[in-house]
Amino acid sequence: MPSSARTLWLPKLVIAPSFALSLLFIYGLMAWNGVLSLSASRMLPNYEFVGLAQYEALFESERWWVALRNLGIFGGLFVGGGMALGLLLAILLDQKIRLEGLLRTIYLYPMALSFIVTGTAWKWILNPGQGLEHLVQEWGFTDFSFGWLVDPDMAIYCVVIAGIWQSAGFVMALFLAGLRGIDDSIIKAAQVDGASLPRIYWRIIIPSLRPVFFSTLMVVSHLAIKSFDLVMALTAGGPGYATDLPATFMYTMAFSRGQIGLGAASATVMLATVAAIVVPYLYSELRGARR
Amino acid sequence: MMSRPQLSPARLLLLAALLLFALFFLTPLYVMLSASLKSMDEIRNSSLLALPASPSLQAWATAWSASCTGTDCGGLKPFFLNSLLMVLPAVGISTALGALNGYVLSKWRFRGSELLFALMLFGVFMPMQVVLLPMSQVLGWLGLASSVWGLILVHVAAGIPSTTLFFRNYYAGLPDELIKAATLDGASFWQIFRRIVLPLSTPILVVTLIWQFTNIWNDFLYGVVFSGADSKPITVGLNNLANTSSSVKEYNVDMAAAMIAGLPTLLVYALAGKYFVRGLTAGAVKG
Repeated sequence: MPSSARTLWLPKLVIAPSFALSLLFIYGLMAWNGVLSLSASRMLPNYEFVGLAQYEALFESERWWVALRNLGIFGGLFVGGGMALGLLLAILLDQKIRLEGLLRTIYLYPMALSFIVTGTAWKWILNPGQGLEHLVQEWGFTDFSFGWLVDPDMAIYCVVIAGIWQSAGFVMALFLAGLRGIDDSIIKAAQVDGASLPRIYWRIIIPSLRPVFFSTLMVVSHLAIKSFDLVMALTAGGPGYATDLPATFMYTMAFSRGQIGLGAASATVMLATVAAIVVPYLYSELRGARR
Repeated sequence: MMSRPQLSPARLLLLAALLLFALFFLTPLYVMLSASLKSMDEIRNSSLLALPASPSLQAWATAWSASCTGTDCGGLKPFFLNSLLMVLPAVGISTALGALNGYVLSKWRFRGSELLFALMLFGVFMPMQVVLLPMSQVLGWLGLASSVWGLILVHVAAGIPSTTLFFRNYYAGLPDELIKAATLDGASFWQIFRRIVLPLSTPILVVTLIWQFTNIWNDFLYGVVFSGADSKPITVGLNNLANTSSSVKEYNVDMAAAMIAGLPTLLVYALAGKYFVRGLTAGAVKG
């Protein structure tokens, strides 16, 4: 057993700087942001205490409600659509496909790219007059029009399309790993009993994916709440602020509108939302690991 | 080996669906690449899906050294170099610290180490918006505001939780007996790390390096908030370029610029995609 005094303090000394740096970075700055959100800060930080006034202003701001509503639409469709498509891809790929490796690589490559890169591409493809609209018109549908990207009511759905396209492969990878972990003998037994393949999936395989389903849901939901780059590249929050999400709202208020206190308050609300989703998940994961 | 299923109609349908999905995922990349090789005349007059009639690297050259981001028309080259200067140290430092932390947290646990790790783990998930405002002030005090070094510091601090998680979970799989036997032989903390643990670390080292490289190269949030005129990374450069409103929008240059910004991570993915996927799933589900 390691017993010398040196081996007792050395590991602590080695890890201390990392713990100090990351705990200060995470919790120190988090607390500081909390203080800013209770202050009267506008262009510059100013520590005059104003209580919850910034939060009141936040929830009276029409723009914040637009951002929340967009998060509801985007989050619901991005999480639901991405998980459905990802599960479908995983099941299709799980049928002993010869080209599985290649197809998996193709489905997943968008995750290796920055949202700024793919957003730039989608912006052109979805741009009215260019891209998709032009293409379908060339196919003979001359009165086809596709102006979602510049339509305040529809632009958020463009963000949804690009978001699902980018992350469906990621969900597929998580589900595929889960499918590979299922005991083959259960499936064989069901086949011997004469159950059809869709029935086996619906009644046996998908229910046994529940833990994977749960952790995927956590991961994809917190990605939805943090979404920032994609909106910035695709619509920059526009037209007007029609596609603002909480993350772009926070950025605009804090760094271009000179509303530091309001920006800090919106960041705290985002933090609370993510924490409500992630903390129970982390707690159960860590407890499960200890057994 | 199981025998391969027969090519039944259902199976053909399955393959058709898989190929259609492959097209869905590949089309944006194809459109980006083919547009980047066309001239503006050709883009206006040809179909989105048409192959370039006479492929030319003109748009790539313009994007690299003469495209305009805002009022400055020096191309993406300086942004690309900023990204390289930022990524290499940030990836190296965060990976090295992650390896040491993982080693301590799996093989040299002490009272409270698990709790501290759990507190750190929240950093993998938290919305970084909560650190932006205070951090810009901290960087100002440290004299690192608007510099590449400030960005490196932020990326290291933000990266430590995930690199630590990767290494800790991987090292937890190494038998404790290995470490015990070595300590009985009188090997020290560092000797065990260097001679036993590190030589067994190649797979997780590759996973972590690729993961950090991809994340930091692709980062936009820190880049847009903390960089100054001379330290903007490639993602910020690309975004400024694509959102610069000029009288004539050069889509071929935009697409070439997007390809340039995406190429490094795409290359890493093509060469070592297996390891990237491992990082992706390790970040979501415990190892």
